Amino acid sequence: MTRRKTDLVLFSELTVEKALKRALGRERAELIGEIRDSGLKGRGGAGFPTGTKWNLAGAAQGERKFVVCNADEGEPGTFKDRVLLTEYAEHLFGGMVLAAYCIGAGEGIVYLRGEYEYLMRGLKETLASMRERHLLGKDCAGKKGFEFDIHIHLGAGAYVCGEETALIESLEGHRGEPRNRPPFPVTTGYLGCPTAVNNVETFITALHIVEKGAAWFKKFGTSKSTGTKLFSVSGDCARPGVYEFPMGITVANLLKEVGGEEAKAVQVGGASGRCVARHEFGSTIAFEDVSTGGSIIVFGPTRNMLQVAKNFMEFFAEESCGQCTPCRYGTETLLEGIKLLEQKKCPMKYLRELVSLGETMQIASKCGLGQSAPNAFISILQNFKHEILAHPQGE
Amino acid sequence: MLASEKDQLRHEVTTIAKRYEFHRSGLMPALQHVQRAYHHISPEAMQEVADIFQIHPAEVHGVVSFYSFLSTGRKGRFIIRLCQTISCEMADKKAVAVQLENDLGIKFGETTPDGMFTLEYTNCLGMCDQGPAMLVNDEVYTKVTPEAVADIIETYVKKFGAHVTHEGGEK
Repeated sequence: MTRRKTDLVLFSELTVEKALKRALGRERAELIGEIRDSGLKGRGGAGFPTGTKWNLAGAAQGERKFVVCNADEGEPGTFKDRVLLTEYAEHLFGGMVLAAYCIGAGEGIVYLRGEYEYLMRGLKETLASMRERHLLGKDCAGKKGFEFDIHIHLGAGAYVCGEETALIESLEGHRGEPRNRPPFPVTTGYLGCPTAVNNVETFITALHIVEKGAAWFKKFGTSKSTGTKLFSVSGDCARPGVYEFPMGITVANLLKEVGGEEAKAVQVGGASGRCVARHEFGSTIAFEDVSTGGSIIVFGPTRNMLQVAKNFMEFFAEESCGQCTPCRYGTETLLEGIKLLEQKKCPMKYLRELVSLGETMQIASKCGLGQSAPNAFISILQNFKHEILAHPQGE
Repeated sequence: MLASEKDQLRHEVTTIAKRYEFHRSGLMPALQHVQRAYHHISPEAMQEVADIFQIHPAEVHGVVSFYSFLSTGRKGRFIIRLCQTISCEMADKKAVAVQLENDLGIKFGETTPDGMFTLEYTNCLGMCDQGPAMLVNDEVYTKVTPEAVADIIETYVKKFGAHVTHEGGEK
C-alpha cells in the first residue's frame, strides 16, 4: 500500500458516473470556463494551463479530434500515475470523456508505458465495465449524439516518449523523436488532427473540478499554483509513498510529513528537476518556485552527491533520443566530466566549461529532455562543490 | 527462417495490421507481438512486417532499434530487467545485481545458454518507494533481496522448464 493521504482533491470522494452525467448536461464552454477559472495546470510537470489547452483544441478545425492520456510515467522517482492507474482507472477514463466532450473528440488513447504492461488487464476490465454502463461508446454518459471510446496503446521502453510530440510520433508507429513546436498538438497532433494530450493526474483533477467547482479547488494551493498535487516520495525517509499535498508546501514541511527531516538534499522533479540543498528547504513546491511533476527523492546525510549526479547523467545519456546534437553529445560529455570528477582528475577550467556546456544544452536542445538534462548536474555542483572537490578521507 | 514459420509470422502480423487498417499506427503493436512470440525481431521478420505495412524495411529497423523493449538480437524466454535508477540504486540494487549474475551464471546484457533468461538493466520502473525493483517479462517484483533472487528464478524454471526443449524458432 503506497497511498498515504486520503482526502483533499485527488483522493476525495467522487462517483464517476454521477459526475460525468452532470457535466455532460452542461455546455462545453461553461465546462472549459470552469477549468480555466480553477487555474489547473498540467500535472505531468510542464504546467501548461489545462483550460487553455482544451479551449485551443476545442476551437481547432478538424474532422477527427483525439484525447490522449500520457501514462508514460518515466521520470525517475515518479510513481503516482501507477497508483492512479491501479486504483482510480475509472476516474481517469471519466476525465478523458470530459475532455473529449469539451473539445469535441471521438477517440481517446491511453499511451501506457511498456514497463506498466501488468496494469493492462485491469485497465481493459475497467473500460469494458464502463462500456457496459454506457459511460463509453454511443450516446456516451447519457449525452445524445456524443460518441467516444478509448483504447490503450503500449509503449516499448523509451523515456523521451513522455514528451508529448514524441509520444504522438510513437503512436503513429515512428521512432519516438520529438517534433518541432509549433505547430502544437492542439492543432496538429495525432495523425495531424487536433489532439489534447494530458497527464493521468490532470484528467482526474479536471473531473473533480467540474463536479465540485473551481472555487472549491482554489481553496487549496497558492494563487499561481492552485489546488493540490500528488507527490511520489522515495529515498532516505521513514514513510515513502504517494502523498497529496496542497501546492505551495515547503520542502521542510514535506520532509516532516514523510519522515525525512535528516535529509541533506532533496531532488524535486526527478532527474530533470532540481537538487534542493538544506539551506533552501524553506522553498515552496509550486510552479512559481520549485516546480515538479511530483517526484521527490530524499538524500540522507551520508549520500555521495556526485554518485547521484552520475546516476542521473547515465540515465539521460541512455535516454537521449539522439536527434539533436546538444543533447546527444552534451549528455555524454557531461557524464565523462562526472567520471573525471569521480577520479579526482578534473581541471577547474574544464569543470567551468562543463557548466557552460550544461547552460548551452538548456537553451539549445530541441525538447524538454535535453533542456533539463543538465539541471541536476548544475544544481548538485552548485550546492555540493565542496563535497565533490574534497579529497576522500583516509586516501 | 523456415517457410512455414514465415507463413505463420505473416499470418499473425497481418491479423494485427488489419485491426489498424494497415495504417502505420499498427506497427508498434505488430512488432511487440513479434518480440513477445519469437523473442527477437529478425531481419526476415522486419522485411515481412515492412511488406505488410508497405513501408521500407529500414523504417521498421529504425523503430526496432529505437525502443529498448524491441530487439534484433535473440533474447531469452524471460527477460529480467533490474531497475538501475537512483531510488533503487540507493536501496542497494547492486547486491541484487551481483546475486542475479551469480545465480544465472551470466553477466548483464547476456542470455543463458539454454535461452531461458536474459539479464538487463532498465531505467525507472515506477516502484521507487519499494526498491530494489525488477521486471521478469511483464511481472513486477519489489523489495527484492539477494536471497529472494534464487526463488524468483526457480519459479520460472519450474513453471516452464519442461517446455524448454520444445521452444521453436531458428537458433
